[in-house]
Formats: sequence, C-alpha cells, structure tokens
Amino acid sequence: MRPTLEPVIHLRSAVALIGRFPALAGVDLDVESGEVVLLRGPNGAGKTTLLRACAGLVPVVSGVARVLGSDLVADRSAVRRRVGLLGHATHLYDDLSVSENVDFWSRASGATSADGRAALDRLGVASRLHELPVRSLSAGQRRRVSLASVLARRPELWLLDEPHAGLDAAGRDVVDGLMAEAASVGATVLFASHELERAESVAHRTVVVAGGVIQVDDSALEHGIPENPSRSDTEVSDED
Amino acid sequence: MRTEGVRGVVADAALVAGKDLRLERRSKVGLSQVLPFALLVILLFAFALDPDRRVLGAATPGLYWMVVLFSAVLAVQRSFGVEGEDDVLDALRLSGLSAPGIFLGKVAALMVQLLALEFVLAIAVAVFYGTEISGILLLAGVTTTATVGIAAAGGTYGGLVARIRGRDTLLPLLLLPLLAPVLISATRGTEVALGRDAGPGWPWVGLLGIFGAVYLTLGALLFRPLLEDA
Repeated sequence: MRPTLEPVIHLRSAVALIGRFPALAGVDLDVESGEVVLLRGPNGAGKTTLLRACAGLVPVVSGVARVLGSDLVADRSAVRRRVGLLGHATHLYDDLSVSENVDFWSRASGATSADGRAALDRLGVASRLHELPVRSLSAGQRRRVSLASVLARRPELWLLDEPHAGLDAAGRDVVDGLMAEAASVGATVLFASHELERAESVAHRTVVVAGGVIQVDDSALEHGIPENPSRSDTEVSDED
Repeated sequence: MRTEGVRGVVADAALVAGKDLRLERRSKVGLSQVLPFALLVILLFAFALDPDRRVLGAATPGLYWMVVLFSAVLAVQRSFGVEGEDDVLDALRLSGLSAPGIFLGKVAALMVQLLALEFVLAIAVAVFYGTEISGILLLAGVTTTATVGIAAAGGTYGGLVARIRGRDTLLPLLLLPLLAPVLISATRGTEVALGRDAGPGWPWVGLLGIFGAVYLTLGALLFRPLLEDA
C-alpha cells in the first residue's frame, strides 16, 4: 500500500463549509494505515461531512487536510480515485441490472469486470439477482450491491457512512468481515455508525464528533490525555 | 489499471456512452416518450397547416428542426437526470473517469439517440407532409453536423444544470436560445437539400461543423469544473 509513514488521514483545524454553515469547525484527527476508526456522534454532528471531506467531495477551506498524502486544501480531486465511499445514497442506476451497475463502476475505477463479479460474490449477492434491474431490489440488497462496487475498486481508504444500515444480520457480519479484511491488508477504514455495540467491536478506536469538531478521541485516552467532551454522554448517545 | 492521455479519454467516453445507451435500452424512455412526443408534434403541425399545403411545404424544414430541438431537450434532461438521482454524480467524481471522457461519452450517446430520432422523423415528415426527400448527401451532412452541435451544447448545459433545483425548466431556457444558430443553419441547409432554395448548401454544413467543434471543445474543457460545481 503506502510507503510513507505519514498518517493516512491528517487533519488539523480543518474547516469545511456546507453553504455558509461550518459543518466542520476545526477538526483535528490522525488515522494511521491499517486502522479501523469509528466515528460516532449525534445527528448533524458532522460525521458525514467529515467522511465526504476525506473523499475530496466537500472542500476544506482552511486548516491542514492531508489524505493519502494529498493536500485536500490545494487539490481535492487527486485523492478521489484512491478512496471508496459508501454514503447514504447507493450510487446505482435504477434501470441497469445489478451486474451492469457493478461492471460499470468497476471498470470506471480501473478494476475489471471479474473484480466486480468477485465483489458481488463476496457480498453474498445471489446470482439469481445479478440480471435484475436495481430498482427491483430491496434496500438491503441495494446496499450490498453498492458495497460490492466499493470493494471491486480495492480502495486504500474506506469511508463508510452507516455501512450496517438496512442490512440483515448476515449482511452486517459480511460488512464487519470486509472492514477487518481491508485493515489486515493495510487499507484504512473510517466509518460512521449509530450501532455502537457492533461498531465498537470492529473498530480499533472510537472518535466522537459533535458540533463539527472532535470531542473525544480514545487514542488520546490511551495516551493519558483527559477526556473533556463539551456534550454529555446522554446527548452524544441520543442518536436516531 | 486505467489508461491515461487521449486513449484514456476515448476509453472513458466509450464506457460512458455504452452505459448511457444501455440505460436507454433498458428504460425505453426515448422510445416510449421522446419519440411519440416528436411524432405527435409533427402530426399536430400537419393538422394545423394542412388547409394550406403550400405553407406546410415551405415550413417543413423549420418545423422538422424545431421538433428535433424540443426532443433534444427531453433527451438531454433524461441523460443528466439519471446522473442526478441517488447521488450518482458523486460516484462519477470519485471514479477514475476523466471529465472530458464523461462529457464525450454522454455526447456520443445523445448523438446516437438523436440520429435515430431524426431518421424516424424524416420518414414521418415524408408521410404526413408529402415531402420528397432529395439531396441525400447534403441532407446527411446537415443532419450529422447539426446533431453534433445539438448534442455537444446539450451535454455542456446538461452538466451545468445537473443538480440545480428546477433544472427541467431551466435547461430549455438556457439551451434553446443557444441553439438558434443551429436551427437557422440546419433549416437553410435542409431547404437547399430539398430543392426549396437554389443557393449553396455546403456553407451551412461548414457553419454547423464550426458550431459543433466549438461546443465539443468547450464542453470537454469545462466539464470538469461543471462536474465539481454540479
């Protein structure tokens, strides 16, 4: 993967705007290669914006923001083809079949059709579904197909927003397995989840986001830095 | 691994064009909505002007290209509408596809659809208006170059309005005035091809070619910032 020792994600006082609103209001975060990091926090905390900023989709207007060695403040397009983003949307064409969708996104990212088929198998998408139009799938099945498109491109950095959402128990296990596998081969995973028990069992560490800033980073706790969140635990865990 | 440079752009364009044509084949929006709309307008013009066949005959080239332009707006809306659904534009930005490749692919797919539509409309005009189609070579030149211009301008402005609220009404407002030179040149060229005008026809083809080349170049250059702001 990456030959340098620089963190995969290195943010210092990073500010990102949604319109005029500072969705990220000075984020400090380091994520090392091979780490699986959970982002938690209340709705509107800035988790999705943080993931999208790391993908180069939301501009970071001030501060330091380096992802996979690319300076996002100067040029946020360079990092895009090296990350895999699973957002709230599935990024699929409704009228194309499952296999046509995965094939298109695989080839668009430089992978092969065979990579796409292998990813569908890995995600447990039954072969009887491959030729069905995506619009006929359930939400959970769409989610699996979307994840297959991400897996096929073998990203160096996985950015997953609620990856367990809409999936059945087997699907959630597959997602957990994928995150662990990705980390084992040196990729890095940053994911947001409200399913704390499951998510914390997969994550190497947890970062709490609230009000557009990092409130708690448990890597700081490991190093003896006192926890000082401005919100109470009740507020933070009062999610969805 | 992705191919870089011009070959990469061509490969990306082929991938996007293939995807767009497959989408059209699956959804049949062009066949079940755009084509019937175009045929209906052709038919309505025939009803409206039928009492005076002379007027209908004289107006045929202009009516034909007006219908093509209206149908093109629908085709462009559909082409970029699918990219706006389910945040697909984000996925396009995250993919390794080059912006000029995406633009040229979408233009190529639009061209194929428009050429098919124009062929069917020409038959309809021949049947409903009693038009004798002659000057095939000039007609082919006019049709091809006009279609390049319409698709290239449509691709550029389709990208511009892809994520804007109210894009369905904004697109015709932006695109139709811009396509006025295409309408005029294509109509004049078609009049010459059909023998309604004795003047030279190929200069109109040249003018349409210049328009198409300008918008192909502009679109390929501007599509990256358009994709960013979409």
